[in-house]
Amino acid sequence: MTASLEVCGLAFAYPDGHQALFGVDLRIERGERVALLGPNGAGKTTLVLHLNGILTGGAGTVTVAGLPVGRQHMAEIRRRVGIVFQDPDDQLFMPTVREDVAFGPAAAGLRGPELEDRVRTALERVGMADFADRPPHHLSFGQRRRVAVATVLATEPEILVLDEPSSNLDPASRRELADILRSLDVTVLMVTHDLPYALELCPRSVILSEGVIAADGATGDLLSDETLMRAHRLELPFGFDPRSVPTRP
Amino acid sequence: MHVPDGFIDAPVSIATGAVAAGAVAVSLRGARRELGSERAAPLAGLVAAFIFAVQMLNFPVAAGTSGHLLGGALAAILVGPYTGVLCVSVVLLMQGVLFADGGLTALGVNITDMAIVTTVVAYALFRGLVRVLPRGRRSVTAASFVAALVSVPAAALAFTLIYAIGGTTDVAIGKVATAMIGVHVLIGIGEAVITALTVGAVIAVRPDLVYGARGLERPLKLRVNGELVDAPAARPEPAPAAARVSRRGVWVAGLATSLVLAGVVSFYASANPDGLEKVAADQGIDEKTKEHATADSPLADYGVRDVGDARLSGGLAGVIGVGVTVVAGSAVFWAVRRRRSADSSASSVPEGV
Amino acid sequence: MGAGHAHRLYRHGHSPVHALPPHTKLAAAFAFVLVVVSTPREAAWAFGLYAVLLAVVAHAARIPAGFLLKRLLIEVPFVAFAVLMPFVAGGGRVDVLGLSLSVNGLWGAWNVLAKGTLGVAASVLLAATTELRALLLGLQRLKLPPLLVQIASFMIRYGDVITDEMRRMRIARESRGFEARGVRHWGVLAKSAGALFIRSYERGERVHLAMVSRGYAGSMPVVDEVAASRAQWTYALALPVAALAVCLLGWTL
Repeated sequence: MTASLEVCGLAFAYPDGHQALFGVDLRIERGERVALLGPNGAGKTTLVLHLNGILTGGAGTVTVAGLPVGRQHMAEIRRRVGIVFQDPDDQLFMPTVREDVAFGPAAAGLRGPELEDRVRTALERVGMADFADRPPHHLSFGQRRRVAVATVLATEPEILVLDEPSSNLDPASRRELADILRSLDVTVLMVTHDLPYALELCPRSVILSEGVIAADGATGDLLSDETLMRAHRLELPFGFDPRSVPTRP
Repeated sequence: MHVPDGFIDAPVSIATGAVAAGAVAVSLRGARRELGSERAAPLAGLVAAFIFAVQMLNFPVAAGTSGHLLGGALAAILVGPYTGVLCVSVVLLMQGVLFADGGLTALGVNITDMAIVTTVVAYALFRGLVRVLPRGRRSVTAASFVAALVSVPAAALAFTLIYAIGGTTDVAIGKVATAMIGVHVLIGIGEAVITALTVGAVIAVRPDLVYGARGLERPLKLRVNGELVDAPAARPEPAPAAARVSRRGVWVAGLATSLVLAGVVSFYASANPDGLEKVAADQGIDEKTKEHATADSPLADYGVRDVGDARLSGGLAGVIGVGVTVVAGSAVFWAVRRRRSADSSASSVPEGV
Repeated sequence: MGAGHAHRLYRHGHSPVHALPPHTKLAAAFAFVLVVVSTPREAAWAFGLYAVLLAVVAHAARIPAGFLLKRLLIEVPFVAFAVLMPFVAGGGRVDVLGLSLSVNGLWGAWNVLAKGTLGVAASVLLAATTELRALLLGLQRLKLPPLLVQIASFMIRYGDVITDEMRRMRIARESRGFEARGVRHWGVLAKSAGALFIRSYERGERVHLAMVSRGYAGSMPVVDEVAASRAQWTYALALPVAALAVCLLGWTL
């Protein structure tokens, strides 16, 4: 079976000369939930932007479900890779929630009852069906984040990429989002600083540090390795012991 | 300077509306080229929102007065002339429809002078100067200064022309021109300083985002496993059309021509003796107008003192005006160069997204 | 620019004017103002009648007079300009209170004041009774180029977001003891403006990215449409048609 995502030797520098990636290798199988950990400035966002070809022009290759990321398949690649951005305001650009969730499927040609159905289903999966006709900026931050997830789910992606999904969420919204993510049956790559969240949701983690993959393994093992954690500026919250947390499916 | 309803008569309002619609239609196509057809809507929309926001940013001058940016020149230099026209037009449209700022029938007039003339004049001048000046970021800043400086009185001149054709009151056109252009030269200086500083600030951090400075970046180097390799050429950006057909010599000639034209046009324009001051003197209200701030400057009233012949003096004033513009531009050029070397090490790089 | 559904001038309500389809209101407002501008300035009574027509619309829309009058203040700079006209215009002159004024200039001032005020009042009524979203749909229905409507729509959606970023940058500057007081502080403000541009542009790129990652290929799928019945058109166009009758009278009398 082909992997959902395969990254080989990826290197990239920004136009101002700042180099963010120095040869990244990563393979994610279908159905896996993987956390991408790393300190600020490690190149996490840069890596994410390569997954659907937003950033190109560096060295190396990215393949999504067997399809290489490149000019010729860009539309299909971008349908397959659903990115939920850190700032829901970037994601929610339409005047109402319903129109925003409908945007993806409507762009793919869906109309009428079929479209309504897709929108309702996506909103129900994130528990936001009652807010369909509200404008996005009238929602709380947590609600906007959930709608942002729905907008991507509505296009039925191969891999769901979440950039800092738990940032700026209060504890209740954080737990609600975790429940939603766990209920989804898609490949997930989750970029996060929130280590307990990674442990709760992702069996496997990779650490990106200084533009390369520095470690790759079971989330519990990585988080328990104090030397490794310290070397990459990763810190667990005070009093949190990864070994004492019951594992979830 | 949003023109309200009733300033310009109906036929001319409709005609300028048609001109504006045509220019917007051309810009819609041009903006797709500048931004890429897919990216045009969100990028132009966000730039329009930026222009809208930055017009509310107050630049204090002194003693409680403040100015703000009009943004036509800035938009043209940062995102290209077509996108610039489009963004400023959308801002004007929304201001008219949402905030009753500028008359609905005057939309054509407002778009023509504030969106089209400023942007086109600024960009043409900017490209011309960038061709002539030595390659580099400082030249871009200096060119931005001059482009913005000229663009504002150019818009005032365009308004004067429209007023000459369709104005509802027969104020002598010389007076309208003097008042409009005089005031707007002052506004233009503020606009120029802010525009040049803002372009300089953007170019220091993201030179690739400055449309007018494309082609001035250095090629990228990548380090992979400790070795330096050349980055493959980035996305093919549409080169500004002017860049392909023109040569440095053509631009020098163009600049020289505009200098001569400025002189000649002023020469004839100033032959018409009925300025605001003449009427003022005739009507006995000159005591008030004498208080005008720049009245004592040698260029006041567009005539050079101690030169007897009205035409000659007006023409000289035009040439001196262009000269001053160039000198002022060079001053900014040097100032920015000095600053840049000071804080180039301090400018940090924002992490991508 | 208020929230996406509402804006500064919008006044929520359920009047018959609020209920009209947006494109009929836009068309009516434009036609009305055009008629006003075409009226000869000597027909002073015609402008009085126009004002009455707008008062009727305001009454039907349940817009209080105070609200309308307060919004007319936006016109103040042009009042100043109009006041100057009698002094600078040419033509015959009259003496008023010892000042020699141009007859033509007086007419010009009256012309600009009357037409400008009516124009602003019509725009304010339009904005007060139409939601942002509806205005955009109305512009779209009136066959404005789709790209233009999209740009306007993004500008509206993100105007707030960017103004808010600008406000946060100002707070950040002020909390570090910086307060812009004169020209020598322009450098700092311009750096903020530059940073704001970069943020706006980058947000535009991210928005574009969010759009393409959901299948955007250059055109927005049409999800909502507005339509107007013949009765609604008749109702909306009653205003400019009545104004046109007044205007024609003004030309013939």
